[in-house]
Amino acid sequence: MRMPDPVRQTMEAAPRIVADLRRLVSGEAVIADSEARRVYESDGLTAYRAMPLAVVLPSTVEQVAAVLAYCHRNSVKVVPRGAGTSLSGGALPLADGIILGMAKFNRILDVDLDNRCVVAQPGVTNLAITEAVEDAGFYYAPDPSSQIACTIGGNVAENSGGVHCLKYGVTANNLLGLEAVLIDGGIIRVGGKQLDCAGYDLLGLLTGSEGLLGVVTEVTVRILRRPEMARAVLLGFAEVEAAGECVASIIAAGIIPGGMEMMDRAAIHAAEAFAGAGYPLDVEALLIVELDGPAAEVEHLIGGVVEIAKERGAVSVRTSADEAERLRFWAGRKSAFPAVGRISPDYYCMDGTIPRRKLPLVLARMREMSKLHGLAVANVFHAGDGNLHPLILYDANKPGELDAAEAFGADILKLCVEVGGVLTGEHGVGVEKRDLMPAMFTPVDLSQQQRVKCAFDPDSLLNPGKVFPELHRCAELGKMHIHRGQQRFPDLPRF
Amino acid sequence: MEIVGAASKRGFGRPVEAPCLLDLSALSGVVGYEPEELILTASAGTPIAELERLVAQRQQHLAFEPADLGPLFGATAGRGTLGGILACNLSGPRRIQAGAARDHFLGVSAINGRGEPFKAGGKVVKNVTGYDLCKLLAGSHGTLAVMLEATMKVLPAPEDTRTLALRGLDDEAGIRAMTLALGSPNEVTGAAHLPRVATLLRLEGPRPSVAARVDSLRDLLRDQARTIDVLDRAASQALWRDIRDARILPGAPDGIVWRLSVPPATGATVVGAIARQVAAQWYYDWGGGLIWLTLPAGEDGGAGIVRAAAAAGGGHAVLLRAPDELRRRVPVFGEEDAVLAALGRRLKASFDPLGIFNPGRMWAGQ
Ligand SMILES: Cc1cc2nc3c(=O)[nH]c(=O)nc-3n(C[C@H](O)[C@H](O)[C@H](O)COP(=O)(O)OP(=O)(O)OC[C@H]3O[C@@H](n4cnc5c(N)ncnc54)[C@H](O)[C@@H]3O)c2cc1C
Repeated sequence: MRMPDPVRQTMEAAPRIVADLRRLVSGEAVIADSEARRVYESDGLTAYRAMPLAVVLPSTVEQVAAVLAYCHRNSVKVVPRGAGTSLSGGALPLADGIILGMAKFNRILDVDLDNRCVVAQPGVTNLAITEAVEDAGFYYAPDPSSQIACTIGGNVAENSGGVHCLKYGVTANNLLGLEAVLIDGGIIRVGGKQLDCAGYDLLGLLTGSEGLLGVVTEVTVRILRRPEMARAVLLGFAEVEAAGECVASIIAAGIIPGGMEMMDRAAIHAAEAFAGAGYPLDVEALLIVELDGPAAEVEHLIGGVVEIAKERGAVSVRTSADEAERLRFWAGRKSAFPAVGRISPDYYCMDGTIPRRKLPLVLARMREMSKLHGLAVANVFHAGDGNLHPLILYDANKPGELDAAEAFGADILKLCVEVGGVLTGEHGVGVEKRDLMPAMFTPVDLSQQQRVKCAFDPDSLLNPGKVFPELHRCAELGKMHIHRGQQRFPDLPRF
Repeated sequence: MEIVGAASKRGFGRPVEAPCLLDLSALSGVVGYEPEELILTASAGTPIAELERLVAQRQQHLAFEPADLGPLFGATAGRGTLGGILACNLSGPRRIQAGAARDHFLGVSAINGRGEPFKAGGKVVKNVTGYDLCKLLAGSHGTLAVMLEATMKVLPAPEDTRTLALRGLDDEAGIRAMTLALGSPNEVTGAAHLPRVATLLRLEGPRPSVAARVDSLRDLLRDQARTIDVLDRAASQALWRDIRDARILPGAPDGIVWRLSVPPATGATVVGAIARQVAAQWYYDWGGGLIWLTLPAGEDGGAGIVRAAAAAGGGHAVLLRAPDELRRRVPVFGEEDAVLAALGRRLKASFDPLGIFNPGRMWAGQ
């Protein structure tokens, strides 16, 4: 993975930069010691590591503004960081940049039940928001599997999803307002407790911007009343095609389940061995369909789902009898990652989205690729919205396997785009899919996005090296013309 | 150039200062509709009404309930286009539950001010690849790019609809009742208070579910109102359409119209502050969070009073309908602070460096 070349002057000026930063935030909030810095050398994409120049842990928005303004004046790169659970390398440090850790922004500022929202600092974990309101019967809907650890600021930056997002939306659909600091230290507030904001939708633009446009210092999210009831059905199929058709038929029947997850044979076996969820082992595909809402509705729809499943040839049908059984159904799916981690020394989690009807084709092609690359793959799948999570099994200690896993992963994502899908459904581009962006976007598409970046950060100091496969200077982008897709500046750094 | 679809909302925003018109109404037609993928792609000039008819055949709908504001601006009903709805990010009563137009806007192809065609987003329901330029274009009133084609998320339409009408509540009590209902697990999909008429709560979904929730909500609100009527499907649909399109807004047909977006529980306080100072008429949607307000014409169209009240409540106000002359003088979308305004100008330039598209539409001189 090529990252922008470290700037030698910045590296050499490290002691001075550290001293300067210590004047802006309290001394212990700047970590310069190499042992302590090592904690931050990677995020959830552990194959990549780098030591940051320093780690700064501000605790007020004024400090964030002062640190960013300083970095802006002195051309120091900045990598924002929440809990470091990004699976795309979004929080991967730069050798000549600081990590701006938001861990100290860990307070919930306002629980406003009448306006059905919570105002929180960005370092609060996703789950802590739900915990703050669950006694009153509310919850925060987007539920990434990493929710005990990942921060709400990181969720905003990645526009994270979860198993319930087909019905309840991803982060962007549940965010009402935010405060953010721009690279020059300017502070902006957009939205609030109301539903519409005036002016350009910066709330929507900043969500999913992967730390490249601004540093989020406060968020206001919508909370929902906990549904009266949730029940799950476990459906086994002898063929993946039938499972896929079942999903399509459920949706065509007008049912939007709270969650609809699919696992293939490899994932079912791994999950069952790990969690003992009681999954049938003689099936090729397993669906968990969860219906939630008013009790009368759940009871009504669950009958419909079972009927559709039988028509579609489900060989095993089980409806959760009680809350304990429902949670058992989920236990296997929710532990799919660690379960796969137990059958393989390492695994690499992919995240493309496809039109659902292409699922049989994509899974068949994936099996061919698996042979070609010599690596096994297990599939868990947010079936309702077509978001695939193939887990590629490899052993980093075997020479060449990491490279093979990455090549396999890239082939899968290119396939997703080829069948009409996208590179990433919820994990973000980061460094991981950066070089694949041209598979989905033309040079003009990408330069328009980069011009937006330039409007926020003309010197490309915020999280450079992520998302975009080439680093253009903004002045050049301002005039750049692309002739029939040819690159005009072949000598600019590309990595 | 001024960009229009069916030109049904030409009166929305500052008057555009441009010598020529780019009429996209001929850019019409459905490109692809895949009900099982919940995806609809159409050219920007396609009438919303046509799309709604198409998806209704498969029992689906555009869940954000696109408003038809044409008549509010003196145009005939049913002409608004997909591009127009998105450019204005107009959402109806179901906004509280299903999200805004921008939340259903998945992909776009457009032309920027350099004349370059670009696309953003995708044609699947879940996607975080690259910046979400769809959201940025939604609500940009045609000032950033010319949208050619949009991919929308469609959803199953509810099988049944009922509306509870609580009689006799004043604004405060109406908003309290709506807050109670929206904080309950009854999945209310519309919550409006029409002063001196009723406080309305809509329930949608499968038949048995709607029936059960009508009972449950009635129980919950028993102490709030002496009379609670239940409107059937047809009556509900007609009523919510009128609420959506502001057809029930009282006052003169050429009166000044404001649209305020505020934290829902503060709605009555915000209105109270305005009504103490000017002769206003109004109603609330979005559980109190959306206020439609009409005023007699005045010096600044009530801007000072309305904006101060909205800001005190933590929200903002858009001057929706007013004579051109007034919309030229009074910032239609409000004033932004210096940092935001500068950022907005840089964003505009990043799409349209020469300021070709809808000059002056959102802010003077921009
Ligand atoms: C086991 C596991 C399961 C997961 N499951 C899911 C899942 O189900 N769904 C899903 O969507 N994701 C999932 N993820 C991915 C990850 O948890 C999310 O992307 C999460 O939102 C990252 O949050 P974080 O606080 O860890 O952010 P980090 O990893 O620290 O940072 C992520 C990105 O956000 C930026 N950033 C962080 N904080 C801020 C801020 N305050 N302002 C500006 N930029 C900021 C960083 O620069 C970086 O680019 C999973 C990860 C793991 C390890």
